[in-house]
Parts: sequence; structure tokens; C-alpha cells
Amino acid sequence: MKEAAQRGNEKMEVMTFGSANGKEYGLNDTGRPVVNFDIKTRRTLRAPDGDDTKTGNENAAKAKHCFDIGNLDLFYGDFQALKNVNMGIEQGEVTAFIGPSGCGKSTLIKTLNRMNDLVEGCRVTGDVELFGENIYGAIDVNLLRKRVGMVFQKPNPFPLSVYDNIAFGPRTHGVRSRYELDKIVETSLRDTAIWDEVKDRLKKPALDLSGGQQQRLCIARALAVSPEVILLDEPTSALDPVSTGKIEELLLTLRGKYSIIIVTHNMQQAARISDKTAFFLLGEAIEYNDTETMFAMPKDKRTEDYITGRFG
Amino acid sequence: MRSRYDEQLSKLNEDLIEMGAMIEDAINKALKALEEQDVDAAKQVMENDSVIDEQEREIESQCLKLILIEQPVASDLRQVSAALKMITDMERVGDHAADISELCVYLKGSEPITNWTHMRDMAATATGMLTGAIDAYVKRDQTLAESVITRDDVVDDLFDEVKRDLLRLIREDASNGEQAIDLLQIAKYLERIGDHAVNIAEWVIFSITGMHKDTQVL
Repeated sequence: MKEAAQRGNEKMEVMTFGSANGKEYGLNDTGRPVVNFDIKTRRTLRAPDGDDTKTGNENAAKAKHCFDIGNLDLFYGDFQALKNVNMGIEQGEVTAFIGPSGCGKSTLIKTLNRMNDLVEGCRVTGDVELFGENIYGAIDVNLLRKRVGMVFQKPNPFPLSVYDNIAFGPRTHGVRSRYELDKIVETSLRDTAIWDEVKDRLKKPALDLSGGQQQRLCIARALAVSPEVILLDEPTSALDPVSTGKIEELLLTLRGKYSIIIVTHNMQQAARISDKTAFFLLGEAIEYNDTETMFAMPKDKRTEDYITGRFG
Repeated sequence: MRSRYDEQLSKLNEDLIEMGAMIEDAINKALKALEEQDVDAAKQVMENDSVIDEQEREIESQCLKLILIEQPVASDLRQVSAALKMITDMERVGDHAADISELCVYLKGSEPITNWTHMRDMAATATGMLTGAIDAYVKRDQTLAESVITRDDVVDDLFDEVKRDLLRLIREDASNGEQAIDLLQIAKYLERIGDHAVNIAEWVIFSITGMHKDTQVL
């Protein structure tokens, strides 16, 4: 499926999450929360036509990958932001994407849960398979984003209570029982090591939390819908070192249970927490290898120049 | 970019080369003093050992500061960590040069009991290995570093020859015993210098390939 992802013609700017208290909640393409947006500009998350031609055997061979990316090109209008990207991303591991600004790493991460659908003029060709299933084929994009959660650079809780932020996703996906929701909220907050800090203020506004707490809340919000993959786009770049340390610890505890893909400008962070690292430059995946190998014996001169700070 | 960092790395390199030259000089002077029974030259080598020790501490400090401040990765990390390991062996070579000089002072005045042939060959091979290991670092020459490692067998064989020479001398005349033991110690120091040269060469290979003695260290 080389042309599976031709974008529709709708001009839509907001990824809707659902409604609560009579208001609509969503995220725009940079991950900023948007409340009560004009319903006419809301993207209908309808899957484009497509078919999945892969056989069961082919899919089984890739079982240890959460994502298989093949011959992926991405264009913003005439500009090609990704060039023939091919990579398999290991299930249950932490994979880091590094590279200078504009290299395509954030674009790629947004391709993995079709956040790029929200960008006007964006066109994708090639294969992106989630556990063997073509995500640019006949797929429910809402369900895709439940399976592939995303955390952004700036903490973006909804202007709701701590509890309602976490319960939002499960409610949207049909969980109604108070008991179930309580359980999900507690588990998600415990898994993100923030439960003890917020258990007495679950009904307080999430925006009253510190930046680091808000970011952990956002990770908890992503976990609440039981995703298989978590995408993080520079999740600690707006945080102080202590909060950054907590997020890194958290990611290491989530490793194994979830597949984690993180975009980071902090190379030491990539070295500390990831199993595999991919280096991108001008839209190309230059090198993709075990993190230790990448930082000890990179194979490509461009990788070496970038990680040793001699790029440019 | 990172010009200060690059300057620090090249200073580290220069200082390491300088330390290499210092220990080569020390070992050559010690051997010359031994053959010529030149006690003054021997004492000078012993005094200079503290300068070599100081150079080791200086390089050690540079490496630790680079790790602390620059957090080197890839080839930079290999260079800094190899330097940190190499200087330990280099400093020990300096110690052995001082040890040989000390024995030289002790041997002064006694009639040499041996013809020096094997000892001289041993000294030439061991110092050649040391020079080779340091050259290999300077030139980042893996083949040269590997040739240093293979030459260690020559030094070991010569050490056996020296031992046989000395045993024969003791058997011929028991009063040769005391000097023979001193000479055996000198031979052992030379053999150890060969081993240190091998260690240095192994870290040179690591700095080029990331492999240390066939093990992927990084």
C-alpha cells in the first residue's frame, strides 16, 4: 500500500477528544488543548478508503515490532518532510528519535497516530503498520489514537479536575461505571507515580498542579485508555531537572508494559532511557541502532558529528 | 562548533604524547645508566619520576573534567576513557625506570657478571613496544597497536633466555648469586614494561574500534 494515505479534502484543525459538561474538548496539531471550538472546524475522524493486503503470516513475522514503517514519504504541500523512512520499532522497548530541529523526527511521531491528519496539505505515502495493521488503511482513527497515545512538549491538561482529565478518555470510549472509572483513575495515577501527590485533590483543577505534575498527569491520561504505544514529543523540554528525572524514571517503569517512542533534543536523556535510537537529518533516518552502540560507536559520520556536538 | 571542547581534547592528546616521551626518555636513560654504571644519570631518573607522576595526575584531572563538563560520547568518549586507562600503565613504566635506576645505584662498582646480550635485546624490544604503542595512539594506527601486542612474546622469550644465563652464572660460581638476583629483577621490570606496552596498545585499539581484548566494552 504505497498510496494509502492520501489526505481527504476537509479543512480541519482540531482532534476531538469528546465532550464533557456540555463542552467540546480537543487538541490542535501542536497538542494544545482546545475547548468549545467551532464544531464546523472539527475534523471528522473518518478513515480514508484503503485495504489491508497483508496476510496473517507476514504479520506474525513482524510480531515483535509495534510499528513497521516502510518507504514512508511525507509532504507538507511541496515540501518533503520525510524521505523513504524504513524502520521497525520494537514492542515493549523505549525508542528515541533524535536529530536537529526540522529533521522530521516530530513529523514521524505524529505520523504514527495520524496527528498529521490535522495539518493542512499534509500527504503521506508508504506503509505504517501497527502490529501488522496498516494505520493508513481502513482503520478507525479514534481507536488508533486510543491504541497509540501521545504526550506533548508542553503539559496540556484540559481545564477540568484532575479526576476528569484521567476519566475523560475512558468515558469517551464508553466506560460509565463510577467504580470502573475510579479504578482507572487510581491505577493510571499510581502507574505514573503521581497518586500520592494528587489523591487528596482529585476534584481540584488540573491546571493548579505544577508543570512536572501536569506532565505526569498527561501521561496518566494517555495510560487511562490502555494504549499499546505511547508517543512522547519532547516531554521534558519544558520541565526542570527534578521533574525531568521523575518523568525519565516513570518511562523506565512503563517500559515493557508499553512500547514507548520519545522525541528528544536531550541526547543524554536518549542515552539514559532508550533501548534503541534513531538519528534523523533532513527528513531521512540516517542511523537506527541500539542506543549504546549509537552513543559509543555510531556508524555514520553524520551521527557522530551530531551527537558529539560538531554538527553544522 | 564546540571549539573549546576540541581545544581541550587536543590538549589532552598533546599531554598524553608528552607523557609518552617522558617515560620513553626515563627508560632509555635508566638502561644507559645501568650499562655505563652512571650513578648520577640513574639518580636523575629516580628524581624525575615525580614529574611523570605529576603528569599522570594532570591528565587524570583533565579527563575527569571533560567527562563532568562535556559528557563526551562516541569517539570522544573512547579517546577520553582510553587516555584515563593508558596513563595508569604509563605511570607504572615510569616507576619501573626508577626501579631499574635504583638497582643501578646498588650495582655500582661490582664487576658485571653477564655479557648483557639478551638483556640488551630485551630492553630494546620492550622500549620499542612502548614507543610503538604511543605512536599507535598518536597516529590512531590499529595495525601498529596490534604489532605491539604480538611482540610481547619476543620479550617473554628473551626473559627466559636471561633467566637461563643467570642460572648458569650462579651454577658456575655461587658468589654471582647476589648480582644475578638484582639482574633478574631488572629483567623482570623490562618484561613488565612489555606487558604495560601491551595494555596501552589494547586501549589504543579500543579508542579506535570500541573493542577491548575482543570484548565490546561500549
